[in-house]
Amino acid sequence: MKTYDIVIIGGGPAGLSAAVSARKSEIESILILERDKELGGILNQCIHNGFGLHTFKEELTGPEYAGRFIEQVEELQIEYRLHTMVMDISQDKVVTAMNSTDGLFEIKAGAVILAMGCRERSRGALNIPGYRPAGIFSAGTAQRLVNMEGFLPGRKVVILGSGDIGLIMARRMTLESAQVQVVAELMPYSGGLKRNIVQCLDDYGIPLKLSHTVVEIRGRERVEGVTLAQVDEKNRPIPGTEEDYACDTLLLSVGLIPENELSSGMGVELSRVTSGPVVNESLETNIEGVFACGNVLHVHDLVDFVSEEAAAAGRNAARYVQEAGKRAKLQAAADGADEAKERFGEQTDVEEESRSSAKQDADVAAQSRHQAVEIRAVDGVRYTVPSRIHVERMEDIQTVRFRVGGVYKNCFVSVYLDEERILHRKRPVMAPGEMEDVKLRKEELLKHPDLKTITVKLEEI
Amino acid sequence: MYDVIIIGAGVSGCAAARELSRYKARVCVLEKAEDVCCGTSKANSAIAHAGYDAPTGSLMAKLNVQGNQMMEQLSKELDFEFQRIGSLVICRDAEDLPNLQALYDRGAANGVTGLRIVEKEELRQMEPNISDDAVAALYAPTAGIVCPFGMNIAFAENAAVNGVEFRFDTEVQGIRKTESGWLLETNQGQFEAKCVVNAAGVYADVIHNMVSEQKIRITPRRGDYCLLDKSAGSHVARVIFALPGKYGKGILVTPTVHGNLLVGPTAVDTENKEGSNTTREGLDQVIEKAGENVKNLPMRSVITSFAGLRAHEENHEFIIGEVEGAAGFVDCAGIESPGLTASPAIGVMVAGIVREILQLEENPSFDGTRKGILKPQELPVEERRQLIRENPAYGNIICRCEMVTEGEIIDAITRPLGAKSLDGVKRRTRAGMGRCQAGFCSPRVMEILARECGKHISDITKAGGESRIVVGVNKDSL
Amino acid sequence: MEKRELICIGCPMGCPVTVEMDEDKIVSVTGNTCPRGDAYARKEVTNPTRIVTSTVKVEGGFVEMISVKTKEDIPKEKIFDCVKALKGVTVKAPVHIGDVILADVAGTGVDVVATRNA
Repeated sequence: MKTYDIVIIGGGPAGLSAAVSARKSEIESILILERDKELGGILNQCIHNGFGLHTFKEELTGPEYAGRFIEQVEELQIEYRLHTMVMDISQDKVVTAMNSTDGLFEIKAGAVILAMGCRERSRGALNIPGYRPAGIFSAGTAQRLVNMEGFLPGRKVVILGSGDIGLIMARRMTLESAQVQVVAELMPYSGGLKRNIVQCLDDYGIPLKLSHTVVEIRGRERVEGVTLAQVDEKNRPIPGTEEDYACDTLLLSVGLIPENELSSGMGVELSRVTSGPVVNESLETNIEGVFACGNVLHVHDLVDFVSEEAAAAGRNAARYVQEAGKRAKLQAAADGADEAKERFGEQTDVEEESRSSAKQDADVAAQSRHQAVEIRAVDGVRYTVPSRIHVERMEDIQTVRFRVGGVYKNCFVSVYLDEERILHRKRPVMAPGEMEDVKLRKEELLKHPDLKTITVKLEEI
Repeated sequence: MYDVIIIGAGVSGCAAARELSRYKARVCVLEKAEDVCCGTSKANSAIAHAGYDAPTGSLMAKLNVQGNQMMEQLSKELDFEFQRIGSLVICRDAEDLPNLQALYDRGAANGVTGLRIVEKEELRQMEPNISDDAVAALYAPTAGIVCPFGMNIAFAENAAVNGVEFRFDTEVQGIRKTESGWLLETNQGQFEAKCVVNAAGVYADVIHNMVSEQKIRITPRRGDYCLLDKSAGSHVARVIFALPGKYGKGILVTPTVHGNLLVGPTAVDTENKEGSNTTREGLDQVIEKAGENVKNLPMRSVITSFAGLRAHEENHEFIIGEVEGAAGFVDCAGIESPGLTASPAIGVMVAGIVREILQLEENPSFDGTRKGILKPQELPVEERRQLIRENPAYGNIICRCEMVTEGEIIDAITRPLGAKSLDGVKRRTRAGMGRCQAGFCSPRVMEILARECGKHISDITKAGGESRIVVGVNKDSL
Repeated sequence: MEKRELICIGCPMGCPVTVEMDEDKIVSVTGNTCPRGDAYARKEVTNPTRIVTSTVKVEGGFVEMISVKTKEDIPKEKIFDCVKALKGVTVKAPVHIGDVILADVAGTGVDVVATRNA
C-alpha cells in the first residue's frame, strides 16, 4: 500500500489551497484525489467574474482563480490524480479510491484533508408537487451544460431560489438567448449577494419575487409551466395568490448541502446545522488527523474565504504530520534505548534535546486535545466554525466564521469569554446569505486560563 | 401475422411474454411508451405481499400467494433483487384487535404460511421505531421487497432473448376482429395476431371495450410516495403497514432493496389516466400518516417524491381470461396491488390460457435464466480489480451517489431492450436515483447515451417523446 | 437635487451608495467603504459599464468550450452586441488564459480574452 503524509480528497478550490499551504509548511508527500477530468472543481463552470478580490487583489473569473492555484500546484510539483473517485476512508486513514487506469487501490494517509465540496439540493428534497418532466434542473447542472458543454437547457425559464448560483444563471441564460421570466424566493430576503441582484437581475429587468414559491409543475414530458404563489410567514402558500407562468424550464437554486457521505462513513461527527464536520481550531474533526475545509465543512459564499480556510487546514495537517513524526521518532528512540539498555546496561546516544522537545510538543498536543473550549452560537448566530478551540494550539489570530439566522439591521456582533464581553461590533446589515466572521486573539484568550466557553451572539444594543 | 400480441410492457405483460416464450410462437409486445416498465409497474410500493389482504377464494388471493412463493426462485433465475424481509400490520387501538385477528384468519385461509400475531413487547424488539401506540401486529414472514424495475426488465429481457419481439412508442388505437384473428391499428401501422393479450394497465378498459360489449371500467387510483435517503434506510427492518381501511392498505413504511426508505401511498381516484402528478395534499398526507405507525421518521431526508396510478377495477379483482364473445382476446386487467407480487403467477396463468387457445408446443431452446447488469459493487475486491483491468469503464464512476460506473451504464444501453433515455438508464442501473437526483450525473449519462446510441446530445430524452433535456446550443437564437 | 440609491457591485460587500446629483453634475457620493465604491457610483450614474463573460467553442482541446471575458468593462448597452459578436466564434487549441479571442468587440475598443486554458 502506498503511503502519503497528506491525502486531500477533492481538487477544487479548498483542496488546491490546502495542498499549496501544506507544501509550503514543508510536507513533501501530498496527494490530491480529484474525481473530475481536471483540477479546479466547481470554479471551472463559474465563468463569471468576481472572484479573488481578497486573495489576489483583482477581480477574476472562476476558471482564472482556479488557474492561479493550479499553477502553484504544478510549480510545487504536488501530486494529483484525476478521474479518481474516493470510495471509502477508514478510521485509520486508509483511503480506497478508484479510476479506470489504476483500478481500485488503497492509500495510507498520515493525515486526511476532506475537501469534497457540496451538492445542490434537488427538487425532490423540496417535495414540490406535480409531474416529473424534463426541464427541471438544479442551477449548477444547467450551469455545467451551458458553460462547459455549450448546450441550452431551455428557452423560457423560471428560477426558484435566489441563491448566488440562481442569480448568476438568470444572467447567463439571458445572455445565451433564453428568456428568464422571474426569480422566485421563498424567504422574505434573497439568499444571494446584493451585487448579484443588481448585475444579474436588475440589469436585465428580471423580476425577483420574494416570499414566493413554486406550488405546481405542469407538463408530462417537458415542463410546460409552473405556478407560483406567495407564502405566509410560515412559508405556506397563500390561496388566491397563484400565478401561472408558461415556461419550458425550471431552475432550482435552493441551497447547497456539504457532501459528507465519505466523512460520515469514516465516523466523522457532523453538525446538524451546517451538515459539515464539527471541527476545532485546527479544522480537525473528531477523528485525529482528519481535517475539513471549504464547502464540505460549511457552505461559503466567497471562494476567497474557502482558500483562506483551506490554507489553515493545510498548515494544521502539516503540523499534525510533523508532530506525529516526532512522536514516532521518540517512540522509536525510546524503544531503541530500552533495547540498548537491556543489552549494554547503559544510556545510549540518543538525540536527547530533540527528544525532549518532541516530547513536549507531543504532550501538549495530547493534553490539549482533551481541553477544548466550546464556542456557543446563540441569539441569532446559527453556528460557528470552528465550534471548539484549544487555546494553546490556536494560531495567533483565529478566524471564527458564522452565519446569522435572519436579516438583522443595526445589530452588534458580540463575543464573550465566559461572562466577559471582549467584542462588540456594530453591523448595519446582516443576512443569512452572507457569511460573517470574528477574529479571536490567542494572546487575549491566554489571559483567561479557566476559560470554559466562548459565546458568539447578536445583540441589539 | 403474429401468434400473440401483448399490449403493454408492464410487469404483467412482460411476465406473460416471458412465460409465452417457453412455447413455439411468434410473440410481439406493443408498448406505447419508449421502454418497458413505464406505467403502474414503475411507481408502486415495490413489495411482495404475503397474501392476507385479498378475499379468500378470489383470483387475487390465489395469484398473490402463488406469486409470492415463486418470487425467490425467480429472482435467482432472472437475477433481480428480492429480499424476504417480512411485514408487520400495526394495530394501534385495542378495539381493532378483532380486525387484526380477521386478517390473520383470512391469511391462513388464503394459504399464507408463518403468520403470527406479535404482542407489544416483541413488536418493540423487532422494530424499535414502531409507534408507542402500537398494541399488536400481524407478522407475515413471507412478505418481501422487490425491485419493480428489475423484475419487469428481467421478464422483458428474458422474453426478448427467447424470441419475443418488442415494439416501443407503439400505441394501439383500434382493434378489429378478422377471419384469422385480430387486427390492431396503431400509430406505427397495423399488426395482426391470432391472439391478443390485453395487459394495458390503466388503459386495459379502453382496450377491452374495443372488442367487448360487456364493458369494464378501470379507474386510475393515484398514490403519492416519498422516497428517503439511504441514511434513513434502516429506520425499519420490515414492511410496516397500517391496518387496512376502505382505500387500500394505508400508508406504509418500508425499506427498499436498494437501502432507501419508501413511504406511501395515498389513494385518490382520478379520471386522468396520465395523471401521475403528485399533489401538495397527497405529499402532506404521506408525511402526516406515515408517522402514525412509525415514529421519528426523518422526513428531512426525502430525496424525491412520485405518484403511481393503480389500475383499479370496480370489483377490486384481477380480470384474467378469454373475453366472452371475443375468441382469442385475453384480458389481463385490473392488475392493481398485489399485482406486482402476483405477476409471476399472472404470467403463468395468461400463458396457460393462450397456450390452450393456440395449442402451442414447447420451445425446446427456451432458456429461462438471465444475467442482470453486472454490479461491480457486489464483487469481491480482487474480482473488481480484474474487471477494471479488462474493461476500464468499470473504473469510471459516473453516478457518485449510487457509485454507478460507466461500464454498467454501457451495459444497460447495449444489452437486449437496452436503455434509450436517462430514465431508462436510471431504472436499470440506479444512476441518478441517489440523493442528488441526477444533478451531477445527468450530463455525463447524456454523453454516454449519445455516444453509444449514435445520437446527438440534443436528441437525448429523459423518458422518450418530447422529454428532451437540452433544447439547443448557446446563443442559437441571438 | 436628485438622489440616486445604488448598490456597489465592485466587490461582494455590496455597499449601499447614495449619489446626489444636480442635473448632470455629481454633487456627492456617500455610503461607500472604499474608493472603488466612489468610482463605481460615478460611472454608474453617467456611463454604466460591465465586464461581460461568456463562452466560445474550442477545437482540438480536451474541453468543448472555453470561457472568455471582456478584458475591461464595456458600456452596459453594448452587452448584447458583445455576446452576439461571440456567436459562432470557434478557436483552435491550444489556448491560454489571457489570449485574445476577439479584438475590439462590438466597437468598444475592448478585447475579449480567454479565461481558461484548453
